[in-house]
Amino acid sequence: MLTTRILPCLDVDAGRVVKGVKFQGLRDAGDPVERAVAYEAQGADELVILDVSATPEGRGNATDTVARVRADLRIPLTVGGGVRTDADAEALLKAGADKVAVNTAAVLDPSFLSRMAARYGSQCTVLSLDAAAREDGEGWELVIKSGRERTGQDAVAWAKEAAALGAGEIVLTSWDRDGTRSGYDLALLAAVGQAVAIPVVASGGAAHAQHLVEAARAGASALLVASILHDGDTTVGALKDALAEAGLEVRR
Amino acid sequence: MTLVIDTGTTNLASMMAALRRLDLEPEPVTQADGIADATRVVLPGVGAFGAGMRRLDERGFSDPLRARIAAGRPLLAVCLGLQLLCETSTESPGVTGLGVLPVPVERFATAAIVPQLGWNHVAPSPECTLLRDGYAYFANSYRLTRAPAGWHAAFTTHGERFVAAVERGPILATQFHPELSGAWGHDLLAAWGAAT
Repeated sequence: MLTTRILPCLDVDAGRVVKGVKFQGLRDAGDPVERAVAYEAQGADELVILDVSATPEGRGNATDTVARVRADLRIPLTVGGGVRTDADAEALLKAGADKVAVNTAAVLDPSFLSRMAARYGSQCTVLSLDAAAREDGEGWELVIKSGRERTGQDAVAWAKEAAALGAGEIVLTSWDRDGTRSGYDLALLAAVGQAVAIPVVASGGAAHAQHLVEAARAGASALLVASILHDGDTTVGALKDALAEAGLEVRR
Repeated sequence: MTLVIDTGTTNLASMMAALRRLDLEPEPVTQADGIADATRVVLPGVGAFGAGMRRLDERGFSDPLRARIAAGRPLLAVCLGLQLLCETSTESPGVTGLGVLPVPVERFATAAIVPQLGWNHVAPSPECTLLRDGYAYFANSYRLTRAPAGWHAAFTTHGERFVAAVERGPILATQFHPELSGAWGHDLLAAWGAAT
């Protein structure tokens, strides 16, 4: 059976890993290749690179970063952040991404997903879905443009539509939990997991191993982790130990 | 030198990087010249069975590939590459594959989540010389359920038992992606390279 995957995520700006602290800007957190290789050695199952460049110059560096990481990385690489056009996706794949994650561009034009799936296959077409609880507490709505815009659109219905259009995986980020270290949004995970038959990656809110165990039990196929690894609070190996102790199969 | 067949639809970057790390000198080729006799050939592949086969036929790859396999020359076929070696696939009814492996390719019948996307355990039969026990990275919706006579196989379970890979001498065909399978995949590619 498939193992529960752990996916370290690197936020990259202008060729450097950065750490975002909400409303406090970005801090340098190292070289992406060094980080990528270190996480692979710790047992990471895949790597995610999110291009968070604020400027066109930084964005131009993203394909270069992907190519440098690809040369040394021996596990799958998903790249997202700022993918607006078919040409953006193609450039990232050519540089060495195995999967491309699309967020806002797919919400604005859902056929983006079906074009990617037809051209490259569902296995490299990833929907990055940011969701936030509705203010009346009834379900979740889609959030786009890096959290700046609430769409009012139902997040679970969009997940279903995206899967039907050809997305092969969903990286599901809880905008309420991201950066809070209060755990993944388990109700959101369960709702999306039950709505689609493609893998769902839990993202946003992990502070410790128990949060990962809870998310896997709620239906997540994979767990995205960032700050707790970058800060050195824990390692991929230690997180896998905890998953295994909880009875979940992991790759060793 | 390793010729890597480039049919224009497959993302070759990860395979090229993996072969470079092993000094296997990968060279992408869009024409079939030299395919029958090259030291090593890689048939990667993602996408649909019908489209993949049409491109192999159009560009003249099919006959030299069959000749190469019949002669037992080193070949690595990955993912759709393995499936193209078979006769038919329910993904593209009516399309004839290379027919080297006389078994059908069918969609996962009982798995809850398709595509299979992630790491799964590979268990080789004792006769295998290249394949080892370990975890490999898969990304597939279709699979073979049995290996033809004369080929040694490794198996994996995703809802049902299916063929993870087959080998015969220096010919290795994998449903998983060795180029994305970490240290284990690196070692498998190294073993294949050493056998060539």
